[in-house]
Amino acid sequence: MVALLRRIGSRVLFRLEGLGRATIMWGLAMATLPKKGDMTLLFRQIYSIGVLSIAIIVLSAFAIGAVISLQFYTQLSRFGAEDAVGAGLALVLLRELGPVVTGLLFAGRAGSAITAEIGLMKTTEQLSIMEMMGVDPLRRIVAPRLWGGIISMPLLTAIFNVVGIYGGVVVGVYWLGADPGGFWSGMQDAVDTREDIFKGMLKAAIFAVVVTWIAVFQGYDCEPTAEGMGRATTKTVVTSSVLILALDFFLTLSMYGDF
Amino acid sequence: MRMRTLEISVGAFVLAGILAVLFLVIQVSGVNIKAAETSYTVSARFDDVAGLRPRAKVSMAGVTLGRVRAIEVDTEYGEAIVQIEIDGEPGKLTTDTSAKILTEGILGARYIGLLPGSEETKLADGGEITETQGAIVLENLIGQFLTSLGKD
Repeated sequence: MVALLRRIGSRVLFRLEGLGRATIMWGLAMATLPKKGDMTLLFRQIYSIGVLSIAIIVLSAFAIGAVISLQFYTQLSRFGAEDAVGAGLALVLLRELGPVVTGLLFAGRAGSAITAEIGLMKTTEQLSIMEMMGVDPLRRIVAPRLWGGIISMPLLTAIFNVVGIYGGVVVGVYWLGADPGGFWSGMQDAVDTREDIFKGMLKAAIFAVVVTWIAVFQGYDCEPTAEGMGRATTKTVVTSSVLILALDFFLTLSMYGDF
Repeated sequence: MRMRTLEISVGAFVLAGILAVLFLVIQVSGVNIKAAETSYTVSARFDDVAGLRPRAKVSMAGVTLGRVRAIEVDTEYGEAIVQIEIDGEPGKLTTDTSAKILTEGILGARYIGLLPGSEETKLADGGEITETQGAIVLENLIGQFLTSLGKD
């Protein structure tokens, strides 16, 4: 009994310690002052986090938009309410699926890459060498990745939404034959710039903070072995996916719930 | 040279993101860029606006003339005051224009339909539409039906 309590206690302390270290790391990295030449580092991160994610974002957005449109159309046409397809498609994408799916893909593509990259730097002791050379790895390695993610994610989400809506238009309007006038005007009536578009992008920015934070910390904190790196990469994807889904519920509750 | 392609692609990415936001704001949420075009406001009092929302369409014969700007309630008379923004210069609608709250399709949004009157005088900016018919509320309709059944 005592042994069990002791084990639980030590695990709780272990987790708390990890959370504490992650918070300190995040705070220090975000507080580092940019120096000359840091913009280049940031650009390189936006490239590897954002630009290289465009292909997967565009492909999945098109498929998701198309399938939502198909489902809405077949169900709504039973009531003769095909005009509501545009409104439903846009609201679902802007409010929920845009930020959430982009976040999940972002965790899988960019988050895992960040963890693996930093983990390898740690395993090959590049991080220690940097410290020895008097270069702060938080400034050079961590901060550009955090900022790169926060800048890239909302932009990726906006691209996701546009391509998703286009996919919905292709299926709903061009293929199934919903009336384009009703489709667009229904969408424009339902969508509010601040309520739907900007709140969705705010969600995306919050998810970006979560994913990059977890990814960088897992890489920074991983066991410096090949196996440890693999475990850290898995943890990044699993933890950030679960956190995105859970956070999304509470964000939706606080943004759109009428309480 | 490697550096430049990187910067160009990052620039293109950021530009694409900003264009995507612009597209969403303009095309998807339908913010009217030409909002600066002239418009004038008239008001109308309804006994019930059930489900009418700001930015709802205001149309005549199915053609959109303007939109609902704001909805207030007059607690003294128990009526809703709807501010309607009509595009263009005043002088098209007669003072006895009537306004009705209608529904698009069975699940559709509420909108205001206008019917022209026969007066010569026209509605000015800030004028009021007096001939109004509020939204048809299903519960009231059922209530009327039940009382009419009771009379037989």
